[in-house]
Amino acid sequence: MENTINLTLKVWRQNGSKAKGRFETYKVNQISTDNSFLEMLDILNEQLINENKVPVAFDHDCREGICGMCSLYINGRPHGPDDDVTTCQLHMRKFKDGQTITIEPWRSAAFPVIHDLIVDRRAFDKIIAAGGYVSVSTGGVPDANSIAISKVDADEAMDSASCIGCGACVAACKNGSAMLFVSAKVSHLAMLPQGRVEGARRAKAMVAKMDELGFGNCTNTGACEVECPKNISLSNIARLNREFLSAKLQD
Amino acid sequence: MSNLLTASIGRKLLMSVSGLFLILFLFVHLILNSFLLLDGVMGFQEGQFFNAGVHFMGTNPLIKVIEPMLALGFLIHIIYSLILTFQNMKARGSQSYASGKKTSGVEWASENMLVLGIAIVSFLAIHIFNFYMKMKGHIEWEAGPLVKFPFFGTEAEGENAYALVHETFKILPIVLLYIVGSVALAFHLAHGFWSSFQTIGWNNTKWMPRMRVISNVVAIILGGGFTVIAAAQYLFF
Repeated sequence: MENTINLTLKVWRQNGSKAKGRFETYKVNQISTDNSFLEMLDILNEQLINENKVPVAFDHDCREGICGMCSLYINGRPHGPDDDVTTCQLHMRKFKDGQTITIEPWRSAAFPVIHDLIVDRRAFDKIIAAGGYVSVSTGGVPDANSIAISKVDADEAMDSASCIGCGACVAACKNGSAMLFVSAKVSHLAMLPQGRVEGARRAKAMVAKMDELGFGNCTNTGACEVECPKNISLSNIARLNREFLSAKLQD
Repeated sequence: MSNLLTASIGRKLLMSVSGLFLILFLFVHLILNSFLLLDGVMGFQEGQFFNAGVHFMGTNPLIKVIEPMLALGFLIHIIYSLILTFQNMKARGSQSYASGKKTSGVEWASENMLVLGIAIVSFLAIHIFNFYMKMKGHIEWEAGPLVKFPFFGTEAEGENAYALVHETFKILPIVLLYIVGSVALAFHLAHGFWSSFQTIGWNNTKWMPRMRVISNVVAIILGGGFTVIAAAQYLFF
């Protein structure tokens, strides 16, 4: 037996980056609780198109929780009321019949709104371009056991690497800081021998770019860690601090 | 080292190091304050133990050197907190969330460090006016006659600082104000202490949870200590 719910949606609408935004209220009925949140928005958009209205613009791509494209600040939390999932993996069973859902874009000076619920997250790409890669020649494929890496380090590097760059950390941060993202990207390379080689240069370049793009200063509130759909740990930030400070001391 | 202090992490480092330095000062301060309660326990009377402590702090050449450093520590911590907060407000942007902020499990103190800091600074101004300026002779007060007290085996003579503290803590509103200041300090430190180690780069998954516990202990010792001493002075002395 399928459960269905009726909802009131308060959606942020904004015609372009310069335009003044406002909330619009819509009703959607007979939404299956098995639907994902984005499917519910698809249904809303079908409804709007049928009424000859402009559909709501929102970011999405893989809808499997791995691309980091979906965003949305839902009822006071980035990626909505469920823990450790992206918006695309959020299901309507997390909502009650008759509930009002407020849907907003990420709010941060470094993430300006482009249209409706879509924000410009290219700042993250610029930070990666500043140093979030390995450029040393690593040669052909080496034997898997030729470089020994402890299980602990390998696991931690993998955990850090699971950051999908969605920007929920910035959206949740009262300081608009990107430290959780940058620290994850610095950490997953710093913990492995191939990435270690450029560790100092990477930390300095990525932090400099992060500052330049106008992200805030981390005060270790930990809101980012709570809202991260990939459970990126706050300990990455301590590692970035150490990487950056020791790189600066070497200068 | 070039442009370390213009980087966000460099500025945070200044906050962290100056904060830890101020915590060190608070421990010294608390030890001196405890002389108020330990007077009888240590076999002294009429605040002689405290007077000896004040005399030591007032005449020790080391303290003369540390005093300006302490003032500098306060200045750096306050000025950089304002700079960082201003930058963070700018980074956050003017548009707030209509649906509010419902992230659970975030320390209350960590999100209100500036407010707590302002409360502490306001308290500090009154505190300096109450005692420091008087003991240093910047403000006239009814000092009374000089008193004698044992001092490292000999006997020394100095102002009766105990009487000043004792008289001040007879006034209930002042005692309440001191308690409010101490509680604000406790909350400020509960976040500030562990956070400063995180900023320095102490990255350790085993020790960070312990540091958070130690942070609460430090907050309770300092905030609670100052509260208990002020309250005890009012109630029992």
